[in-house]
Amino acid sequence: MDSVWFDLAVTGVMALIVVLNVLQLAGSLGWVERKGSALIQDRIGANRAAIFGFTGFGLVNTLMADPLKFLTKEDIIPAGVDRLFHTLAPCIHLFPALVTFAVIPFGDVLIIGSHEINLQVAPLNIGILYILAMVSLGVYGVVLGGWASNNRWSLLGGIRGSAQMISYELAMGLALVAMIMMYGTLDLQAMARAQSGTILGVLPNWGIFYQPLAFLIFLTAGIAESKRVPFDLPESESELVSGFFTEYSGTKHLMFFMTDFVEVIIVAGLAATLFFGGWQVPYLYRDGFHFPGGATLLLPNLVVAILQVISFSVKVLFFCWLQIMIRWTLPRFRYDQLMHLGWIGMLPLGFLNAIMTAVVILTWGQR
Amino acid sequence: MGFVLFFILAALMVGAAAGVVLCRHPVRSAMCLVMTLFVMAVFFIFLDADFVAALQVVVYAGAIMVVFLFVIMLLNLQGDPDPRRARGGFVALGLSVLFALVLLYLLKGVGALLPGPGMATDVPAGFGSTETVGLRLFTHYLLQFEITGLLMLASVIGAVVLAKRRIG
Repeated sequence: MDSVWFDLAVTGVMALIVVLNVLQLAGSLGWVERKGSALIQDRIGANRAAIFGFTGFGLVNTLMADPLKFLTKEDIIPAGVDRLFHTLAPCIHLFPALVTFAVIPFGDVLIIGSHEINLQVAPLNIGILYILAMVSLGVYGVVLGGWASNNRWSLLGGIRGSAQMISYELAMGLALVAMIMMYGTLDLQAMARAQSGTILGVLPNWGIFYQPLAFLIFLTAGIAESKRVPFDLPESESELVSGFFTEYSGTKHLMFFMTDFVEVIIVAGLAATLFFGGWQVPYLYRDGFHFPGGATLLLPNLVVAILQVISFSVKVLFFCWLQIMIRWTLPRFRYDQLMHLGWIGMLPLGFLNAIMTAVVILTWGQR
Repeated sequence: MGFVLFFILAALMVGAAAGVVLCRHPVRSAMCLVMTLFVMAVFFIFLDADFVAALQVVVYAGAIMVVFLFVIMLLNLQGDPDPRRARGGFVALGLSVLFALVLLYLLKGVGALLPGPGMATDVPAGFGSTETVGLRLFTHYLLQFEITGLLMLASVIGAVVLAKRRIG
């Protein structure tokens, strides 16, 4: 019984840490995005948040000013909207994005006394399917937000959003199928563990070296799923004002805004876990470093765990940064181009990749 | 704990299912159906059928119902104000009672199957996992699996043909 409560407490603490970290990072990414856009457009950007005349380090002030501004704004519910779904839509949008993190591992094992703690909130047998399930639920926030607003632009945005998300889910699923076949498991922790060791003694044994095409498909579909430029047609401000969340203000607008960044972090976390070893540090094993030359450096479990968590965080931050740079580099697609790319470009590529992977595994066996 | 949770979820599911029928607006009905399907997925998890639960959410709650909503919104159906709807009420009532009686008759023997004293309630290791379901599907139920696949292929081709004809 004791052990049950201990497990429950550990899971609770891990869930809290993960959710708070994700929210914190989502807020910070808002600042990174503004600074990144300023950098690319040759401006200064995001330097006006002064608290009693103190501009501070930009990040800190913006981090405090952004949510305060949103929270203190009036929550306008326009006339003629469906009040229930207008209020529910941002919650339905944010919730699936936040709970997705439960299955993404951020470290191997941490040993406290006689307990071995698996650094993953929910070790599910169906890990990747759980992620696909949550992604598919996220569509409802977009559709309902667009519909409940009683605004033509919003409805158009919502319908564009749902069509786009359904289309790109397929390509994303096929990229994931190739990875599932390669690792022979749906559990993301098992996938991360399978990426330990090296290729030919030098290269880290990461998924990207086996499945570069799957990585490209996954990243593209992932950006399309999070509805960011160049795939931001559901909210394209030059045509639809602000798309499915035009009629939202205050905290509800903030929730749509946050979901955007939470989805960026999910894509980054999944890309890191599936293709870049997750929490793996090159040459680091459970007992310490084993370098290719034969040198070893033994480390206690705590240090190894901390190094792994740092490694995972760095990878996630890198992919967040990459997505922000992509956003400010590429122009928006036209809608027919978007559908063309999804159905005629990426879907057959995904099939090809999955079939090739199957043939290779059948011929030479799993890695 | 599981017992209490079961009744809370069961109430939620029956309430949502009733909502599908009782809601005036088609979008609300559709969302009630989504909730029913989602709670059903939770019940599958209670029954150690994780894989089926995930598929339930991905396929039914996630994909099929989104397309439902899509169509409802594009058709822009408003609540049905037609008073003639009540005319078929007695027929509907009679059919419902008949259906309920059939269901009750079918449920008659279920009581003996429920876990009780003297019955092993443990499920075998790996029950409901992706591996087990996959192995059963591709060995024991292979023929049914292939037939279903063929049926789906036929419907996909049918959908394409219909859509193409309309475009001309």
